[in-house]
Amino acid sequence: MTHAIRFTPPSGEIAPAWAGELKAMMDAYQQAGGDPKVLELPQVATLVISANQVLVAHEIPGVHFRAESLPHGVRARIWVEPHTRLAQPVHLCFGLLPAEGIQEIVADYEIGDYAQVRFLAHCSFPNAVKVEHRMQARIQVGRQASLTYAEEHFHGPYGGTVVVPQAEVRVEDGGHFITTFALTRGRVGDLRLDYHVRVGAGGVAELVTKAYGKSEDTIHVREVVVLDGPGARGLTRTRIAVQDRAQSRVDTVTEGNAPGARGHMDCTEIVRGQAQASNNPLVIVRHDQAQVTHEAAIGTVNRKELETLMARGLSEDEAVDLIIRGLMR
Amino acid sequence: MQPYLLEIKDLYLAREGHVLLNNVNLALKPGEIHVLLGLNGSGKSTLAYTIMGCSGYTPDRGQILFEGRDITGLSLSERARLGITLAWQEPARFEGIPVGKYISLGMKESSRQRVLEALEAVALPPAQYAYRAVDKTLSGGERKRIELAAVYAMRPRLAILDEPDSGIDTLSLTDIERLIRRMADEGSTVLLITHRDELAEIGDSASLMCLGSIAYVGNAEETRRFYREHCQRHPMPPEPMTLGLESKENQP
Repeated sequence: MTHAIRFTPPSGEIAPAWAGELKAMMDAYQQAGGDPKVLELPQVATLVISANQVLVAHEIPGVHFRAESLPHGVRARIWVEPHTRLAQPVHLCFGLLPAEGIQEIVADYEIGDYAQVRFLAHCSFPNAVKVEHRMQARIQVGRQASLTYAEEHFHGPYGGTVVVPQAEVRVEDGGHFITTFALTRGRVGDLRLDYHVRVGAGGVAELVTKAYGKSEDTIHVREVVVLDGPGARGLTRTRIAVQDRAQSRVDTVTEGNAPGARGHMDCTEIVRGQAQASNNPLVIVRHDQAQVTHEAAIGTVNRKELETLMARGLSEDEAVDLIIRGLMR
Repeated sequence: MQPYLLEIKDLYLAREGHVLLNNVNLALKPGEIHVLLGLNGSGKSTLAYTIMGCSGYTPDRGQILFEGRDITGLSLSERARLGITLAWQEPARFEGIPVGKYISLGMKESSRQRVLEALEAVALPPAQYAYRAVDKTLSGGERKRIELAAVYAMRPRLAILDEPDSGIDTLSLTDIERLIRRMADEGSTVLLITHRDELAEIGDSASLMCLGSIAYVGNAEETRRFYREHCQRHPMPPEPMTLGLESKENQP
């Protein structure tokens, strides 16, 4: 089934059979940190996908969606015309409401040359007991274009979610790609994030990943930034907190392959209880005028930070909680 | 009523054979600004951390009394809840914690007005700073001012200010002095730690620390003169004082 929807408002014209589903998705969207009222604004481009159904695909000038249902998900093409500049972010809402199931999103993003857009993606699996969510994205950021992509997840309290976000990103000359992935509320479950970004001349890639693992959660983050063009810049900033028996592993790779390429990897992992964390940065430089650096801090909360907050009257637990919440913001 | 808010009696702290605090005695009256002068490495910050109850700064002997109550065994948080706080010489930075939130942490009742007032008191425009994070994007001077604003907003009974002037340009020293005076006017007792004798002018009383001991106590002007005449001409040895038999292991 192929949807070629020009305008579908979130209320009014949706098929009655899906109205209840949409309402439930909006509740889940709110739990994931989104504001459902924003999705009702006509000037906001919106795509809402529940399981393998596109509930809303609201286009605005310069922003287009095409989508088709797959047995366990949706294949979507999202493109932004060259020179498009949006005042409001494009809102994406993905989710699966039942306790069990699979959702696979195969997405193709194309940001035209000189376009400037922000995407806000909320992924909700509020009742997940045994849910698998796979996102396979191919993202093309055009010449001198700018894409800011913020993705926030909410997985509910049961820890039964397997999330596999994978992205192949190409940033053309002078393009900017800034992405934030946050899974800091509810349980993580099993996260396997794998991003690969290739950056052209004068382009910028900034990848920020935040996750808070509890109980038996497992977090595996793999980010590869290849700075191919002269003057390309890359930054990975990873912030993980694990407690109880949760485990995290962060593998970051940055390659500096051209003159003036600058890369930096910055990883902080806070470990509490019997949790475990590791960070494996790999630096590859193939040009004598490129430079890649890395820094990592893995372990307990910094004592001085703790005592600074305790000197304001917070207990040690309150101070640790505030530091972690700050790191996850 | 207790004549002193804070009394330190025969405080002794040694670590790995080095005496860090050597029978320190000090008393601060309620509402006064007491300046603790001393060269770098004389033990001023060690004394501050010991009064605050920081980890690793438990004295081997001696007492810290707060309003006559022995607080030597209390935790850092417990001391803070009594109204004691510390502005660190090099304050920690926090990702994701907004300046406004940080300043309000120690306040008994959260008040936006007080947060704005505190930022203005350290000459930081609230509109520019209240929502910024207390992180690496702040300069050293900005971070120090925010630390002072947080202490001011807390209305502490005892504010220990460890080198509040370091890293802050000369022009803003006037702001810092004014802030310290405001703290005292609002009822806080201030222990002002510095190695710059110009700042001692603000004090109601002062003492001089040397080699882990209080070497001189007097009014601010006398102490300042003594410091100029004796300490700055005779800088301390580079290593802390070692008194072999008085190492921590040999203390009762």
